[in-house]
Amino acid sequence: MESAATYFSGFSPNDLWFLGEAALRTLWISFWAISIGSILGIFLGLALSISRLLAFTLGTILDIFRSVPLIIQLVLFFNFAPIIGLRLNPFEAGLIVLTVYTSAYVANVARAGIEAVGIPMRRAARSLGMNYWQDLRYVVWPIGLRAVLPAWVGVALGVLKDSALVSILGYVELLKASQILMTRTQEAILVLSIAGAFYFALSYPISYYATRLEQRWSE
Amino acid sequence: MDYNFHWRPVFKTLPDLLQSAVLTLEVAILSMILGILFGLALSLIRINMTGPLKWFAVSWIELARNTPALLQLFFFGFGLGAFGIHFSPFLIVLMGLTFNNAGYLAENFRGGFNAIPDTQIKASLSLGMNSFQTYTRIIIPQVLRIVYHPMTNQMVWAVLMSSLGMLVGFRELSGETQFFASKTYRIFEYFAVTAVIYYVLVKIILGISRLIANRLFKY
Repeated sequence: MESAATYFSGFSPNDLWFLGEAALRTLWISFWAISIGSILGIFLGLALSISRLLAFTLGTILDIFRSVPLIIQLVLFFNFAPIIGLRLNPFEAGLIVLTVYTSAYVANVARAGIEAVGIPMRRAARSLGMNYWQDLRYVVWPIGLRAVLPAWVGVALGVLKDSALVSILGYVELLKASQILMTRTQEAILVLSIAGAFYFALSYPISYYATRLEQRWSE
Repeated sequence: MDYNFHWRPVFKTLPDLLQSAVLTLEVAILSMILGILFGLALSLIRINMTGPLKWFAVSWIELARNTPALLQLFFFGFGLGAFGIHFSPFLIVLMGLTFNNAGYLAENFRGGFNAIPDTQIKASLSLGMNSFQTYTRIIIPQVLRIVYHPMTNQMVWAVLMSSLGMLVGFRELSGETQFFASKTYRIFEYFAVTAVIYYVLVKIILGISRLIANRLFKY
């Protein structure tokens, strides 16, 4: 028989496992949001760089996602989806919002990357007989990528950390898991430190490697 | 679609929302001012010192940059609560945002300091200035100019991050919105209006920063 005492119990090694699993879920939702959002964002960035009109209209729309707090976007979308008849679980709703949020940031990064490749360079590519897509693939991509990779890593790490906000929809990722454990064990410092260590372990190696890469490239 | 939008309760409480938007701005501005001071100190320590003080500065910076802002807020809210130190929600948000801002700004300042050639320090020292004068009159004014843009971005971030206050019981714009939303069940309508207010706030901040930039950096 389960005793009532299990409601409040100290932090046990099992809980570490619980947090680890939740960390994987953080990684899972961020991985998909970053992947899909980046692909989407690259095409949006391309659209932004093509025409003035597109840059203005699309730019204004994307700007909204960068000017409204993510937490508001999440609540808004999660409550809007049922209105138009969409039945979404917290993961799906969170993923959609995070993906759009990512793509809004990546679009700007991508545009900066495309603009970093000078017009003369692109004209040279075209006059060598490359078509539009070849120009993008073999000239703009390699040069632009170098220019904005650090910025993209920054965006990706930001999304990894911002995925913590999906917890308010009830998706049990790292932060939600630590909230659950905090309530049960009443050991806030310990639980938060472990959760922080998990986030740090996910984020720091990438940011460290990106800084090194940036230094190497700038030499 | 069988959902009826009710905007009337939202507009009736609009003055309350706007008042809480002022609170949002207050906490964001205060955290920015403190963040700039701490950030300057942290970056100077990181550049010029060794030993435990440097270790402290580096861990502050890396922790602030590699863990979610929400986790940092929870730490100041619930974590310190475990030691019997309780702060008001306003102070929790202020400390959390200051911690975060200082970490990010310190890295920006470091980039700024590195961009100023060493010879300038030597030149001003040889003109008879002491090192305090050198920093306050020669180096920091130039650094502030370099980091002006990142600082504006950070200010926008501070406003957006302050929305996390609703999760620690702070009645700023988001908290107030949630309070009214759960009172009237018009969740979507309330958060939609709040999103608009945030958007306007961000635009105002960017506009003001552009005006200031035009005045400060004429040359």
